[in-house]
Amino acid sequence: MARASFDLIEPHIPSLRRYALVLLRHDEQRADDLVQDCLVRALSRWHLWRRPGNLRAWLFTILHNIYVNDVARAAARPDVVEIQDYFPAMAVPPNQADRIQLREVVTAIQGLPDEQRQTLLLVTMEGFSYDETADITGVPIGTVMSRLSRARDKVRGSVAEDAPPRGRRVT
Amino acid sequence: MNDVVNSPLENEIQALVDGRLDPARRVEVEAWLAAHPDEAARVRDMSAQRAAVEDAFSGLLDRPVPARLRSAVEGRVQTAPVWRMAAMVALVVVGAAGGWFANETLTAHTSATAMLTNDALRAHSLFVREKRHAVEVTAQEEAHLVTWLSRRLQAELVAPNLENEGYRLVGGRILPASDAGPAAQFMYETPDGERVTLYIEQDTVGREVGFRFTEHDGLSAFWWKDGPLVYVLTGAAPREELLGLARATKAQFAS
Repeated sequence: MARASFDLIEPHIPSLRRYALVLLRHDEQRADDLVQDCLVRALSRWHLWRRPGNLRAWLFTILHNIYVNDVARAAARPDVVEIQDYFPAMAVPPNQADRIQLREVVTAIQGLPDEQRQTLLLVTMEGFSYDETADITGVPIGTVMSRLSRARDKVRGSVAEDAPPRGRRVT
Repeated sequence: MNDVVNSPLENEIQALVDGRLDPARRVEVEAWLAAHPDEAARVRDMSAQRAAVEDAFSGLLDRPVPARLRSAVEGRVQTAPVWRMAAMVALVVVGAAGGWFANETLTAHTSATAMLTNDALRAHSLFVREKRHAVEVTAQEEAHLVTWLSRRLQAELVAPNLENEGYRLVGGRILPASDAGPAAQFMYETPDGERVTLYIEQDTVGREVGFRFTEHDGLSAFWWKDGPLVYVLTGAAPREELLGLARATKAQFAS
């Protein structure tokens, strides 16, 4: 059993770690603690996973529940982090005005309310379907859609506000 | 021209951005957008946002996986960080106790018991506040729950009936214990939602039969050993009430 579960779960660790890292605003230690809790819990509930099921969505559901119940509740929201420190590759050349600056988008996402942030990340960063996102976050699909729409409008608003003049859309 | 096409719903706009809109409808929505520049600009911005998110975070998938996470999937780590913390608290207690007890056996028992009650208290605090996920298997499947936990603990368990004491079984779950294999937890609640948990694990250190009380952080716990198992009953209820529950529980496990 251990071998089979390892082979099936192991390919999903990188995306679980990525999601945890962004959720926890780039605190690597806490992000990996969260993933470790998720993996231990997944193994202890391995018999509950219904094959052939969507293992990736199941793992994200476990991680989401631990985050919502144990992590987010316990932690006071940290100060806004300097995003460049964690993503050196994201220092976009200043003359690249034809596209939205990555850093501004990331900063805007990290400023969203938690539910909107989770929804946006699951749909865009992780590529989950709306149905899967509804299952993972435990809400109806209508709630997923409205969170997504509000999140995108908010990010759009913050990016427009923060953009240097040359990046601003001429209307 | 655009009157032929219904104005798209907000859901359809989002689906367009995510490339999840059905192709026929997509053609219609794009035609509608061509005649509505403000909404078209919004869709362009949201699409750019989506692309930015993909770019910004794709590099995070290439980080090497730390050994502790690989071990966790291999089942070699029984203890998740949340439990590790409980073990550390226990070790501090052990350290203090070690100075007082010259008898090594007694020290070993003390440390194991500190770990046991810590695990039980911690598991209690963690799960009693849950609404939807308080238990893994609910009381509706009591027979399955008891069979499953008995098999995992390799002992004949029962879910004690505490209805005379005003507590109804909610269900149970399996947990990693610090010093043994798996532990079982049964949860009970009153009609008012007051909860107690019964934590059970194999006694791996040969504790003496006993019936003890401990208090920590507003929670009370009775623990005892009976046959091959050790039990911890934890709750925020007054000591006398908890004692009644513990006695009723102990009676039903008579070995």
